[in-house]
Amino acid sequence: MRSVMFRFHVCAGEIFELKAELNSDKKEKKKEAVKKVIASMTVGKDVSALFPDVVNCMQTDNLELKKLVYLYLMNYAKSQPDMAIMAVNTFVKDCEDPNPLIRALAVRTMGCIRVDKITEYLCEPLRKCLKDEDPYVRKTAAVCVAKLHDINAQLVEDQGFLDTLKDLISDSNPMVVANAVAALSEIAESHPNSNLLDLNPQSINKLLTALNECTEWGQIFILDCLANYTPRDDRESQSICERVTPRLSHANSAVVLSAVKVLMKFMEMLPKDLDYYGTLLKKLAPPLVTLLSAEPELQYVALRNINLIVQKRPEILKHEMKVFFVKYNDPIYVKLEKLDIMIRLASQANIAQVLAELKEYATEVDVDFVRKAVRAIGRCAIKVEQSAERCVSTLLDLIQTKVNYVVQEAIVVIKDIFRKYPNKYESVIATLCENLDSLDEPEARAAMIWIVGEYAERIDNADELLESFLEGFHDESTQVQLQLLTAIVKLFLKKPTETQELVQQVLSLATQDSDNPDLRDRGYIYWRLLSTDPVAAKEVVLAEKPLISEETDLIEPTLLEELICHIGTLASVYHKPPSAFVEGSRGVMHKRLPAQGTECPDVGNAAGGSAPEAAPSIIPSQGDLLGDLLNLDLPAVLLPLFNTNCSSYGILYPQVWLPAMKAKGLEISGTFARRAGVIQMELVLTNKAMSVMTDFAIQFNRNSFGLAPAGPLQVLTPLGPNQTIEVSLPLSTVGPVMKMDPLNNLQRQVFLATWKDIPNDNESQFQIQDCHLNSASNKLQGSNIFTIAKRTVEGQDMLYMSIKLSNGIWVLAELKVQAGNPNYTISLKCRAPEVSQCVFQCYEAVLKN
Amino acid sequence: MIGGLFIYNHKGEVLISRVYRDDIGRNAVDAFRVNVIHARQQVRSPVTNIARTSFFHVKRSNIWLAAVTKQNVNAAMVFEFLYKMCDVMTAYFGKISEENIKNNFVLIYELLDEILDFGYPQNSETGALKTFITQTGIKSQSKEEQSQITSQVTGQIGWRREGIKYRRNELFLDVLESVNLLMSPQGQVLSAHVSGRVVMKSYLSGMPECKFGMNDKIVIDKQGKGGASEEAAAGKSGGGGGKQSIAIDDCTFHQCVRLSKFDAERSISFIPPDGECELMRYRTTKDIILPFRVIPLVREVGRTKLEVKVVIKSNFKPSLLAQKIEVRIPTPLNTSGVQVICMKGKAKYKASENAIVWKIKRMAGMKESQISAEIELLPTNDKKKWARPPISMNFEVPFAPSGLKVRYLKVFEPKLNYSDHDVIKWVRYIGRSGIYETRC
Repeated sequence: MRSVMFRFHVCAGEIFELKAELNSDKKEKKKEAVKKVIASMTVGKDVSALFPDVVNCMQTDNLELKKLVYLYLMNYAKSQPDMAIMAVNTFVKDCEDPNPLIRALAVRTMGCIRVDKITEYLCEPLRKCLKDEDPYVRKTAAVCVAKLHDINAQLVEDQGFLDTLKDLISDSNPMVVANAVAALSEIAESHPNSNLLDLNPQSINKLLTALNECTEWGQIFILDCLANYTPRDDRESQSICERVTPRLSHANSAVVLSAVKVLMKFMEMLPKDLDYYGTLLKKLAPPLVTLLSAEPELQYVALRNINLIVQKRPEILKHEMKVFFVKYNDPIYVKLEKLDIMIRLASQANIAQVLAELKEYATEVDVDFVRKAVRAIGRCAIKVEQSAERCVSTLLDLIQTKVNYVVQEAIVVIKDIFRKYPNKYESVIATLCENLDSLDEPEARAAMIWIVGEYAERIDNADELLESFLEGFHDESTQVQLQLLTAIVKLFLKKPTETQELVQQVLSLATQDSDNPDLRDRGYIYWRLLSTDPVAAKEVVLAEKPLISEETDLIEPTLLEELICHIGTLASVYHKPPSAFVEGSRGVMHKRLPAQGTECPDVGNAAGGSAPEAAPSIIPSQGDLLGDLLNLDLPAVLLPLFNTNCSSYGILYPQVWLPAMKAKGLEISGTFARRAGVIQMELVLTNKAMSVMTDFAIQFNRNSFGLAPAGPLQVLTPLGPNQTIEVSLPLSTVGPVMKMDPLNNLQRQVFLATWKDIPNDNESQFQIQDCHLNSASNKLQGSNIFTIAKRTVEGQDMLYMSIKLSNGIWVLAELKVQAGNPNYTISLKCRAPEVSQCVFQCYEAVLKN
Repeated sequence: MIGGLFIYNHKGEVLISRVYRDDIGRNAVDAFRVNVIHARQQVRSPVTNIARTSFFHVKRSNIWLAAVTKQNVNAAMVFEFLYKMCDVMTAYFGKISEENIKNNFVLIYELLDEILDFGYPQNSETGALKTFITQTGIKSQSKEEQSQITSQVTGQIGWRREGIKYRRNELFLDVLESVNLLMSPQGQVLSAHVSGRVVMKSYLSGMPECKFGMNDKIVIDKQGKGGASEEAAAGKSGGGGGKQSIAIDDCTFHQCVRLSKFDAERSISFIPPDGECELMRYRTTKDIILPFRVIPLVREVGRTKLEVKVVIKSNFKPSLLAQKIEVRIPTPLNTSGVQVICMKGKAKYKASENAIVWKIKRMAGMKESQISAEIELLPTNDKKKWARPPISMNFEVPFAPSGLKVRYLKVFEPKLNYSDHDVIKWVRYIGRSGIYETRC
């Protein structure tokens, strides 16, 4: 207690002292005092109590002191809005100062003060500064428009600042142009459809001219803006590329990366047989390599981007393998990224070198790095067939080191190698089995069990090995349990006589003693298969597995395209679209590469270009395609179909139900239509993956409308890459109906806010006549219409209610009930006023029923 | 764009905090301290995302600089800016240390206000900044001076002011190269490249237009078509046995160089900033002169003893002298004692660095020297093998390992009357070791 008191005194004393100093007559003392205030502010002490005293120091000729006071104002104005007004006069006066540095300082600072009253005063000075004769003031004012827009977008539009800002794009000074471009780009991001930037060949030409003259930062702003433009034809695209390529020699890596972004994007439009296309490809490699001699942090950003570029256009860097070799003292984040790129670039031509390197890395110290190196060896084996043998022997050498995590990692990748080259390397199984006891990670255990099960017929003591795992069955992770179940069933099918007991044991463990539905279901399936038809069981369980392909960890093509449009930015560092990490609407717009003007779509772009295989098949991935489809919520569009008497509802435009990004390249869009009295689901399937898709089937979840397919899905031909097919599926409404759980009712505040939020135009009133009920609200609640609040005004009961349709539309209702009067009045408010009529009908039905 | 910029000391105490955007709160300062500075493990990435806020950091000695944002910013630009910020601070007050930052915090805030506006980097050339951000406070300037400042800061030649005068027009060119090598134990070159810089110090009056020429293969070949015999003759008479032209893989330039002109004609023309600047960076991988060759021999004698023998050979003209030669031979962690014998220089076992460090002050070209060491090991039951880090080397040689030669640097100043001949020019070549490693 005493210490707290003491501290308080010190603080109060400090403030008191500072106050005295701030009001001193001596300039030097004043300045020192303000410095002390700023110092306290930096470390997080609250010095807002000094606000009036500090503001008093504002009127001074000393620029340094003025800047300090401004800094203080920017920090505290928001917490003391009333007092901040005291500063306005000085600001306005400073905006007229003969010294351009002071004019700019005033307008720059004023834009940073987020107090409504001050922003009002800002408009006039800002207007003047935007047209100031001095470029320094203009470039500052340009940014200030963006600041003001962030505080009050409406004000900026009303005051016409956007037009003035657009004019600045034609300014004679390159820095003014650059800042205007930056400000406009930012404002445009929050208005996706505004066409604010209005990029056309003329304005592009201006930007390209300014590009040669402005500072390094300005060049970045301009290039990032250019990347949003879509040229009209390949000729325009080429001429822009020609003017951007010199930037590749800039010392600033960000300029280089932004230029690469523009080129990568515009290249899409160039015909591939053009000479220039080849030249451009060649020009891109050296600057990318040079980025690797920058500081480590920039190297990291560059490597993350190169990873994308290599996936999009492997030909650019295919001869540059050596530069990605890891250096001993690279920071770990650089090492890991380099390793990733090395695998992507591995080919028959360089595989010997790569393997020698990887072996070297596997003896390093950092555990993550070593693991990744081991995994990389396995991936090389899968990618380059000729090297498989050497990879396997390297892995065996590593297993001999007996370093625990190396062994486990090696076993995981050897399992994948078996999947790729069955019946080729089984001789190593004996060595693997020696290490059984040291495996403690689920993934490695599961891999080992899979190997034992798969090759049970060649392992004499397979039953003993699997039995040893069975002892601690319940302590294993799900992955291991599932694998163990399958492996023992495989073993049983191969050696039925000796293993009957074992299989019974595992089936009962899985079905009776487990809480995990996946495990239980799989157990039952095996059980029934085995008990009804062992021959069929053999065919199912021991079926030949599809080979795994190398492209297991490629970024899905549509996401890759989007990320290419974001080269150099955070999105390209995270390998995630901006919407995944940016809040609000800003920058969430999806960007896409322009379509190729001529030529056929590039199919053979994939690294391997191997013969098309059936749908992606990878063992480790758990979430399969089917799962994605089953979880699909088919929304909104259903409503009109059930409204039997309204044929006036047109057929809705197809919506994307399943984006390709979520379903390994299969994009599904569709709509529901009613044709000749039959409900049809009309689907458009597009294959955006690199391999052919076949065997389509559809299953409906139980839904509240009882919708079910009336016939099978008819997709007869396989769907090739980039192909689209349209199918329509007749539906019936006799399927199982799912009763929805009651939807939660809205909170009072939410209700109020929503009510206010919906424009009054959307309100509609109806009368319900001849209703005799004691408790309307109970009756309604039975039909999922909830009463949120109730109040009595002048003898009338007002009931406030909410309904949520299964497609997410909220309907808010106000029901007026007057005692003794059988006529109720109902007001409905909803964002989609079309539904009000239907809702009213429901109300009537419910209340009268 | 950049939402805020923080500077911390090694303890995580915030020294400078400047917030540019409303979406960055005070809690961001603490989030970075807790999750990155005070994190237990080693930092795994220079970009960290904490609760939808992204932090970019760089470290200079024990000072952390962190830029913060909530948007999808240009990541490369943020790091370039942080480096630039370090350069600017160094130019103003020397080494970036806690003490210097505390003593200059007012200046740093002033700089941050000027070079970042609403998170957008602005002109950050030290030459321009120093004209109006001074530690003495701005003195009353005349109107012309003021407009001169603003036009320089925003102008096309933002890096140079008008009206510079020197009695003696002089310029110095340093070709600084670092040669990098990774060699296998068998003496096979796994990767080798030279990254070079041309640093120019100029003391020239007015607004001089400069043109720089070097023995770039593309240029020489182009000219070769016109006057092949003449070039060849010149090459022969120069006669150091060196190559006449070199293939440059890639080069980047200071922002003063006209890039479009380089792209079109491959000529390097510019108006240089006053004083020192890094004119150009380049990279070559072909025909590199490797100044030293390291031949390692490591033999494990039983479980408790290692025998190491390393031979170094110098591979350049005997008349030239290499300096500051240092060979670093890593030793296992369980080393208990080391005996070294070397033919030349001094060698010492440094237990704290787990290495034998062998230093030679000078060594002429085409010479050979060797060191042998016996390393006693403590028996351990550690299963993990010793990783055998590579043997690394440091040195300095008075030539450019890439073979680059400066052919000319012409200066034109049409307004003032001094000509190219009046300018005194100096050229110096220094080759240093970058990461020069041989695996053993």
